[in-house]
Amino acid sequence: MNLLEVRNVSRCYGSVRAVDDVSFDVAARERVALIGPNGAGKSTCFGIVGGQMRPDAGTVTLAGERVTGMDPASLFRRGLGRTFQVTATFASMTVAENVQTALTSHGRHSLRPFGRATRLSRTQAHDLLDRVGLGEQAERPCAELAYGDLKRVELAMALANAPRLLLMDEPTAGMAPPDRHALMELVSGLVQDRALAVLFTEHDMDIVFGHADRVLVLDHGRIVAAGDPGSVRANAEVRRLYLGESQP
Amino acid sequence: MTVADTLSQLVNGLAGASTLFLLASGLSLIFGVTRVVNFAHGSLYMIGTYVGIAVAEHVGGATGFWLALPVAAAIAGALGFAVETTVLRRVYRAPELFQLLATFALVLILKDATLIVWGPEDVLGPRAPGLEDAVRVGDATLAKYDLFLVIVGPLVLAALDLVFRRTRWGLLVRAATQDREMLGALGVNQRWLFTGVFVLGSALAGLAGALQMPREPASLSLDLTAITDAFVVVVVGGLGSLRGAFLAAVLIGVLKALCVALGTVEVAGWSFNVSKLTLVIEFALMAVTLAARPWGLGGRPFPLEERRATVELAKTPGIRFWLGIVALLVLCALAPLVTDEYTLVLATDVLVFTLFATSLHFLMGPGGMASFGHAAFFGIGAYTAALAVRSAGVPMLVALALAPGTAALAGLVVGWFCVRLSGVYLAMLTLAFAQIAWSVVFQWDDVTGGSNGLFGIWPPGWASDRATFYLLALALCAAGVVALWTVVNAPFGFALRAARDASTRAEAVGIRVRRVRWLAFGLAAAAAGLAGALYVFAKGGLSPEVMAIPRSVDGLVMVLLGGVGTLVGPVVGAALFTWLQDFTLRHTEYWRLVLGAVILLAVLAFPNGVAGGLARLRERLA
Amino acid sequence: MTTANPETSPSLTTPRRRPWLRALVAVACVLGCAGTSRFAAAGDVIRIGELNAYKTFPAFLEPYRKGWQLALEEINAAGGVAGRRLEVVSRDDNGNPGDAVRVAEELASREHVVALFGGFASHVGLAVSDFARQRRILFLAAEPLSDKLVWQNGNRYTFRLRASTYMQTAMLVPEAVRLHRRRWALVYPNYEYGQAAAEAFKALLKARQPDVEFVAEQAPPLGKIDAGATVQALASAKPDAIFSALFATDLAKFVRAGNTRGLFRGREVFNLLGGEPEYLDPLRAETPAGWYVTGYPWRSISTPAHTRFLDAYRARWHDYPRLGSVVGYVAMHAVAAAISRAGDTQTEKLVDAMEGLDLDTPFGPIRFRAIDHQSTMGAFVGRLAQKDGRGVMVDWVYRDGAAYLPPDDVVRTLRPAH
Repeated sequence: MNLLEVRNVSRCYGSVRAVDDVSFDVAARERVALIGPNGAGKSTCFGIVGGQMRPDAGTVTLAGERVTGMDPASLFRRGLGRTFQVTATFASMTVAENVQTALTSHGRHSLRPFGRATRLSRTQAHDLLDRVGLGEQAERPCAELAYGDLKRVELAMALANAPRLLLMDEPTAGMAPPDRHALMELVSGLVQDRALAVLFTEHDMDIVFGHADRVLVLDHGRIVAAGDPGSVRANAEVRRLYLGESQP
Repeated sequence: MTVADTLSQLVNGLAGASTLFLLASGLSLIFGVTRVVNFAHGSLYMIGTYVGIAVAEHVGGATGFWLALPVAAAIAGALGFAVETTVLRRVYRAPELFQLLATFALVLILKDATLIVWGPEDVLGPRAPGLEDAVRVGDATLAKYDLFLVIVGPLVLAALDLVFRRTRWGLLVRAATQDREMLGALGVNQRWLFTGVFVLGSALAGLAGALQMPREPASLSLDLTAITDAFVVVVVGGLGSLRGAFLAAVLIGVLKALCVALGTVEVAGWSFNVSKLTLVIEFALMAVTLAARPWGLGGRPFPLEERRATVELAKTPGIRFWLGIVALLVLCALAPLVTDEYTLVLATDVLVFTLFATSLHFLMGPGGMASFGHAAFFGIGAYTAALAVRSAGVPMLVALALAPGTAALAGLVVGWFCVRLSGVYLAMLTLAFAQIAWSVVFQWDDVTGGSNGLFGIWPPGWASDRATFYLLALALCAAGVVALWTVVNAPFGFALRAARDASTRAEAVGIRVRRVRWLAFGLAAAAAGLAGALYVFAKGGLSPEVMAIPRSVDGLVMVLLGGVGTLVGPVVGAALFTWLQDFTLRHTEYWRLVLGAVILLAVLAFPNGVAGGLARLRERLA
Repeated sequence: MTTANPETSPSLTTPRRRPWLRALVAVACVLGCAGTSRFAAAGDVIRIGELNAYKTFPAFLEPYRKGWQLALEEINAAGGVAGRRLEVVSRDDNGNPGDAVRVAEELASREHVVALFGGFASHVGLAVSDFARQRRILFLAAEPLSDKLVWQNGNRYTFRLRASTYMQTAMLVPEAVRLHRRRWALVYPNYEYGQAAAEAFKALLKARQPDVEFVAEQAPPLGKIDAGATVQALASAKPDAIFSALFATDLAKFVRAGNTRGLFRGREVFNLLGGEPEYLDPLRAETPAGWYVTGYPWRSISTPAHTRFLDAYRARWHDYPRLGSVVGYVAMHAVAAAISRAGDTQTEKLVDAMEGLDLDTPFGPIRFRAIDHQSTMGAFVGRLAQKDGRGVMVDWVYRDGAAYLPPDDVVRTLRPAH
C-alpha cells in the first residue's frame, strides 16, 4: 500500500480545468517531485492534497484512510506536514515560539487557557531547530530572519507532528544555490531517519533531478510524463514542453 | 398600498438613496485606497450642509442655491486636504485602525468648531429654486426636488465610473483599491494619489451635505447619523465598490420607505407598528448581507498581504512585569485611605473601562479581530445583572456572576457569524449585531425599561460604601484583566496570535482557526459582560446607552490610545481616556474640542499608542 | 467651572459674533478653570450643583444656562439667601446617565453642594433622580418631561419644574375635542417621550370623544425621521387631523416635507412643544399657519411678571429668551426659595420646604405639589402663524398646570412609592 494515493482528481475554476483527472502515488521513504510550467496545476494539486482546497471529483487517500476534502488541521493530525510557496510564519513570535506553537498543537494543547506557552515543548523545539540548522537563531524574532531561514523555520514547523508525508511547495525558492542543496540534503536525511515521504514542487531542475526519486510532469492539469529522473529528463515531450524554456 | 402610494414611496426611497450614495461613495473611495476608516466623513457632510446654507443665503436667489453646491464641495474638499496632509499622512504606517483614532479626534474638534461658528440652533436651508413644490402624477404627489435627487445619484455614479475607467488617475485609484503591489510597480507617487482621493471623497461628502439643504436643517447631530448610515452602505455595497454602494443605498432607501409606508400591520390579530423598524432596518440588512455575502454586494475579497506589516513581536512578560502589577494593585487597594469619595467613584469608572478595554484588546490585539460593536457584550452583561436583581431579586454577587455567562453566550452567537469574516467586514458585522441588540433593548419597554432604562439598582448595604465598592471593583476587574493576560500568554493565546499572523499556516499546523477565534469571542464577551455588570451597580442603573455605538467607539479609542501592540495598552488607554474626559467635561467649556485636540496630539506623538510609545522610549534609553 | 461671579467668566459675556474669541476662551478655560473650585471659600456661601447636557442639546441649554445665571445674579444682588451668597457649580453631564451620575457624585461629595438641579433628557433625569434618592440629596429636575419622574419612579428627593408630557398633552386635548375630527393620525419620535405623549393623547381624546378613530401611527427614530416617506404614509391614511410630538430637527424636516406635499392642507395639526422658540424659530418662513401647539409666545405676553423678566433678560444677555431661559431662571429661584423657606441647608428640611412651595414666576404663581412633587407651572397653548418671515404663536392662552393633572386619588395610585 502506498502512503499517499491520489485517484482521478479534478478541479475547475469556472471553465478552466486546473487539475484534470490526475492520479499518482507516493510511497513511504519516497521523494516525488511535481513539476510543470506555471499554471500547469501544481499549486491546485498541492492545495487538494494539503486540504486547502476541495476537489470537484476524485479521491485522496493517506495511509489507507480516505481524506478527500478534509481540512488542513485534521490532515495535520493524520501526519501531514507542509510548507508554503510564499512563506508563512507567525511574525509576532520568536523562531522557537513558532515551532513551539506547532508542537503544542500537535500535543493537542492549543486551547489550554493557562500556563505559559513559552515553557511548553522548549527542548523539542530546540531539537527541531538544531536539526534544520537554526539552533543559533532560536530566540530571534521571526520577522527579522532572512527569507531562506524562514523556509527552514517552516520546515521545522512542518516536522512538529512527526509527519509521515511532507508537502513542500517550492521549498528552495529565493535561496542561494548552495543553500538550496543544503536544505534538500537535510530533507533527504529526514526521509532516511524518519521513514518520511516527500512530495515537492520545484522550479530549479538541478534540485529536481538531484533530489527526487521520481518525477511527475504536469501540463494543463494533466500528468504528461512520470518516472525516474533519468527517463523524464529523456522524455521528448517534456523537453519540448518544459525543460527547453526554463533551463537557464 | 395603492399604485400611487407605491410610486411616491419609491421616489422617496430613491431620493434618500441618492444623497446616501454620494456620502458613501466618498467614504468607500477613501477606504478603498488609503484603508483609513474615516469617522470624520460625517463631519464633512455636516459642514457641507452648514456651508451650503450659508452660501445660499448670503448670495441669495437661484444663483445662491446652485452656487452653494460646488462651494460646499470645494470647502469640504479643502478641509479633507488639510486633514490628509497634516494628520493622516503621518499615521498611515501606524498599526491597523490606528488612523481611526485620529479621525475620531477630528469628529470631536469639528463638532465644537461648527458649534462655535454656527451656534447651537438648527438652521433650515432654502428650498431649491424652481423645485419648491410637488407634482401630481395620477394620485401620487411627488416632490420635484426628490425627483431631481433621483437623477443626481445615477449621474454622479456614471461620472465617477467614467473617471475611474477612462483616466489614468482612475486606473491608479482602482489599482490601489484592488492590488497594492501593482501600484508600486506602476511607479506612482502614492502620497499624492492618497491626497487626491481624500480630497475627492471629502468633496463628495460636502456635496451630499449641500444637496440635503432643502430636505433637512443643518444641525450638530448630522455628523453621527450620517457616518453610521454611510458605513452601512459602504459595507453592504462592498468596500471600494461604487456600484455596490449605489445598489446598497437604493436598497436601504427603498426598504426604509417601505417600512414607513406599511405603518401598522395586523398579523393574526397581533398588530405591529412596522415604522418602528426604521430604527434598525439598515443594520438588519447589513447583518443578513454579511452573513450571506462576506464581502458585500459588489465587493471582492481583499488580498491578505496587508495584515502582516503591522504585527510586532509580543514578548511574554516576565517576573518583573508581574511584580510591577502586584505593586500597582497594592497601591490601588490603599487608595481609599488617602483620597476623597469622588476620586473613588471616578477610579471605579476607570476600573470598569479598563476591564472593558482589555476585553476588546483581547480580540483586537492577539485576536486580530477589531469589533465595532463590543459595547453589546458590556450591555448584555449590564442588563443581565440589572434584570437579575430587578426581576429575580438575586443578590449583587450572584448577579455579577451571571452577567459574564449571558455575555459569553451572546459572544458565542455573534462570534459564530463573525469569525467567518475578517478586517472591517468583521468589525461591521459586530456593529450590526450590537445595533440589533440595542434596538431590542430600546424597544422592549416591559422588560428593559425601553429608552429610559432601569434604575434603583445600587449595591447592597455591605458594599454601598464607595470605598468598599471600589475595592470590589478593583478585585474583580484586576482578576478579569489578569485572567485575560494569562490566556494571552497561554497556548490558547499563542494559537490565537498564530491564527492572526498567518491563518493558513496555523491551520496547517493543526490549529482550528475558526474555533480558536470563536472561543476568543466568548471569552472577551464574558469579560466585557462583567465590566457591564459592575457598571450597573456603580451607577445605580443603566439605559440603552450602555450598549450604543458611542460606548463601542469609546472602547476602540481606549485600546488604540493605549496601543494595540502591548498588553498594558488598554489599561493605560482606559485610564487616560476616562480621566481626560472627566477632566475636560468638568473644567472646560468646549470640552470636545479640547479632548479632540489632546487625542490628536497623542496620535501624532505616539503612533503606536501611549503605552507602545513609552515602551519604545524606554528601549531607546536603555 | 465655578460661576459664582459670572462677570469674570468671559465665556458668558462674549457676543456670539466672534467665534475665534470663543475658541480662545475655550482654551483659556482649560488653563484657568482647572481646580479653582477647590479653593472657593465655603463659610458664607451656599453651593448648589447644576448638571446638564450642554454640548449634547446646546440649542435648548444655552438659553437655559443664561436663565439660571440671570436668576443667580438677581438673588445675590438682593443679598443672597438668609444673608449668604449663592454659588452654582455647573457641570456638563455628557448627556448620558452613567456620566451624569458620576458628575452628580462629584458635585455632592467633592463640591459639597446642598442641592442639585438640571437635567434635560428623561433617562438622564431619571438616573440622577434615583441617585438623589440613594444619596439623599434634593434634586430639582428642570427640563425632563417624563411622567415617570414624579409618578412611577417618583421619590422623596426629586421635584420637577416643567409641565410634564402628560400635562402638555392634556392641555391640547380640549381644542382637539372641540374640533371634533373623526380620523386622527399620529406621529411621534420613537422613545419614551413620544410614546407617552401618543398614549396620553389617544386615551384622553378617546375618553371624551368615543367615536374617534386612529388611522395611522408613525414612530420614526429620534433625529432620523424619513420625512418624505412619513408624510406620504400619513397622507395615504387620509386623516382629518394629525397629532405630532416631533420636535427639533425631526419637526423641521416633517414640516418642510409636509408643506411640499400639501399634507397639512385642509387638516388640523396638533404639535406638542411646537411653539417653543427653540423649535419654532428655525422654521422661519416654513412655519405652518394654524397648527395648535404648546409653547412660549415671549413677544406677546404682557403680564408684569413676564415683562420684568423679559427686560432683565434682554438687558443682561442682549438676546431674547427661549423657553429654556424661563426654565433655568425659575429653577434657580425655586431652589433659592426652598433654602430660604427651610432656613437651613439640610436635605430633609429642604425637601420639606420644597413640598408645597409657592413661587412667583414669569408665567405667574406656581406651587410644587406635596402629593407628587410636580410643579404647577403651565404652558401656553395657541396656534402658529407667520409674521415677517418668522414663526409666532397667536390666539394663545396660558394653561395653568394645576388644572391638567389627574385627581389626587389617581396620582396616589400612580406614585406607588408613597
